[in-house]
Amino acid sequence: MTIRTKATAAIVGSGNIGTDLLYKLLRSEHVEPRWMIGVDPDSEGLARAARAGLETGHEGVDRLLARDERPDIVFEATSASVHRANAPRYAELGIKAVDLTPAAVGPAVVPPANLHEHLDRPNVNMITCGGQATIPMVYAVSRVVPVPYAEIVASVASVSAGPGTRANIDEFTRTTSRGIETIGGAGRGKAIIILNPAEPPVIMRDTVFCAVPEDADRDAIVLSVKEVAERVAAYVPGYRLRAEPQFDDPGPENGGTARVAIFLEVEGAGDYLPPYAGNLDIMTAAATKVGEEFAKALLAPGA
Amino acid sequence: MPYSDTLDIRVTDSSLRDGSHAKRHQFTAEDVRSVVAALDDAGVPVIEVTHGDGLGGSSFNYGFSRTPEQELIKVAVETARRARIAFLMLPGLGVKDDIRAAHGNGAGICRIATHCTEADIAEQHFGLARETGLETVGFLMMAHSTTPEKLARQGRIMADAGCQCVYVVDSAGAMVMDDVTARVEALVSELGGDAQVGFHGHENLSLGTGNSIAAIKAGAVQIDGSTRRLGAGAGNTAVEALVAVCAKMGIRTGVDVLKIIDAAEDVVRPVMDDECRLDRLALLMGHAGVYSSFLKHAYRQAERYGVSGAEILLRAGERRLVGGQEDQLIDIAVELAAQH
Repeated sequence: MTIRTKATAAIVGSGNIGTDLLYKLLRSEHVEPRWMIGVDPDSEGLARAARAGLETGHEGVDRLLARDERPDIVFEATSASVHRANAPRYAELGIKAVDLTPAAVGPAVVPPANLHEHLDRPNVNMITCGGQATIPMVYAVSRVVPVPYAEIVASVASVSAGPGTRANIDEFTRTTSRGIETIGGAGRGKAIIILNPAEPPVIMRDTVFCAVPEDADRDAIVLSVKEVAERVAAYVPGYRLRAEPQFDDPGPENGGTARVAIFLEVEGAGDYLPPYAGNLDIMTAAATKVGEEFAKALLAPGA
Repeated sequence: MPYSDTLDIRVTDSSLRDGSHAKRHQFTAEDVRSVVAALDDAGVPVIEVTHGDGLGGSSFNYGFSRTPEQELIKVAVETARRARIAFLMLPGLGVKDDIRAAHGNGAGICRIATHCTEADIAEQHFGLARETGLETVGFLMMAHSTTPEKLARQGRIMADAGCQCVYVVDSAGAMVMDDVTARVEALVSELGGDAQVGFHGHENLSLGTGNSIAAIKAGAVQIDGSTRRLGAGAGNTAVEALVAVCAKMGIRTGVDVLKIIDAAEDVVRPVMDDECRLDRLALLMGHAGVYSSFLKHAYRQAERYGVSGAEILLRAGERRLVGGQEDQLIDIAVELAAQH
C-alpha cells in the first residue's frame, strides 16, 4: 500500500483564473493538479496544462466524472450558472469543490477567518477578490473590539475586471458586504469597487475602514492587524500593509464614531496573470490555500 | 435640434447633489425645501438631489450624510410643483435597490455615472431604470482624460443599455472650450437620434459658462449647473450666469433670469458654508486634472497630517486617481508626512 502525500485535483475552466491557478497548484506540496477541463480546444490554458503534464479535455466535466479515477478536489473557475449545474454532481461523487465563481452554492470562506469551520463541507465559495483582500482585516479588528460597521474600498485596474464582473457589479458589492458581516464580524458591512483605467495598469489597492469604540486598545488592534496580514501574506506573497493602521477620533465626518483605516496593496505573483492583477491573484492563491487545507484533512491518518 | 418645442436646452441644477460635496454632505431637509422651492419658482426644470457621490455615498470614504438622502429626495419631490427631481448613482457604490428606493420616493430622472472608460459597468442599472419608467441620463466622468473617439464609443455603450442622454462630464474642471466642442461633437455624431448629449461643467479653470455655451453650439441639449456655483472644487457652472448668457444669445432655457439671480443670492447663498471659489487648490485641480470632489478631502487630510493640500492633489493627479478613490488621499497624506 502506498501512502498518498498529495490529493488529486481537477481545474474546471481554462480561462485566466483557471490557468493562473494551474501554476499555483503545480507548486503545491499537498495538491496535485491532474486534469484541466475547458470548453475551447484551442484555449491557451488547456495548451499550457497539457505542456505541464495534465490530462486535458474540452467537452465539459462529463468525461472527468465518468472516469474510474476521479479527483479528490475540483477547482471550478467557470461561471456561476455552470457551477450551479456541476456542484450537485461533484457532491454526489464525494468530490470536494472549491468554487471561484459567484455561484455561492456552499459557504464563503476566507482562509484566516473561517476556513477551519468549513473543512468538512462538500463545497466552499471563494466570495470576491475584494472580500479575500479585506475581510481578513475586518476579522483582525473585530476579534479585538466590537465593530458595528465596516467599509471597504477596492480599487482594481480596469483591464483586470472581466466582462462577468462588469455586467454584475452589484453582485460584487452585495456579496462582499455580506461577507464583511458574516465572516469579518462587522455589524453592518459596505463594499465599494472602483475600476481605474490608468496605463500602465495600477496594482490592486484596498482600504478597510472599521468603526471602533473610542476607548479601544489601539495597540492591540494594530498587533492583530499585522498578525493577520502576515497570515494572508503566507499564501499571497504580494499582500502587504502600505502604512500603519490610521486611527481617527470621533467626528461629524466619521458619522460620530472613532475609526481605524487600514491600507493594503495586493501585488500578484505574476504566474500567468500580470502582477498588477492582485485582485485575481488573491483569488487563485486563496483557492490554493483552501485546496491544501482540504487535502491535509483528506490525507490525515484516520480520515 | 432644440431640446423640445419650447426649450432649446434643458437645465439641470445640481446644487443639492454636487453641492453636497461643498457642504460635506450636511444638507438638512429645510435646506432642500427652501432651495427646491426657489429653483422651482424660477422655472428650473430639473433639480438633482443626492449625496455628492450618489446613492449610497454616505460612508467613511466620502463622508456621512447628516440627513439620509432618500429623505431629502422625498422632501424635494413634495416641494417641487413643476420641476422634476433627479438623482445620481455610481455603479460599484450604489446598487439597484437604491434606484428602486429613489423611484419609490418619487424621483423621475435617474442619472448613472461611470468613469469615462467604464460605461459597461452601468448596463444593468440603465436596464432597471428604464424598466421602472425612470428617465435616464448617463454621466461619463473625467471626460477630459480620454479622447473624443473613445468617449463616443463609451456613449454608444450607455445608449445601447437604455441611456437617453449621455453627458460629457468635466469632473476635474480641466477642459477648455475646444476640448468640450470635440467631445460633444463626437458624441452627437455617434449617437444621432438614439440619445441626446449633455454637458456638466466645473469652474476650476473659470470656464463653466463658456464651456457650456461651447457644448450647446456643438449640439448638447442638456446642461448642468449649480445655482451660486454650489458644487465640488471651485463649484459648477453658475445656473444664474448660464441662464443670463443664454437669454442674451436667444437660447431658450425656460428659467426666469431675475428670479434665478434672486434665488442665488437670497436662498442658496444662506444655505452655503462658504462661497465656492477659485482658490489655489481648486485651480490646481483644473490644471492637473484632479476629480473636483477631492477638494474638501484634500483640505481635511492636509490638516490632519500637517502636509500640503496642493501636494496631495498633485500626487493624486500623478497617480491618475479616478472619482471615488478618496481613500487614496489618506494614503498619499501618510506618505507625504513620512517624507517630511
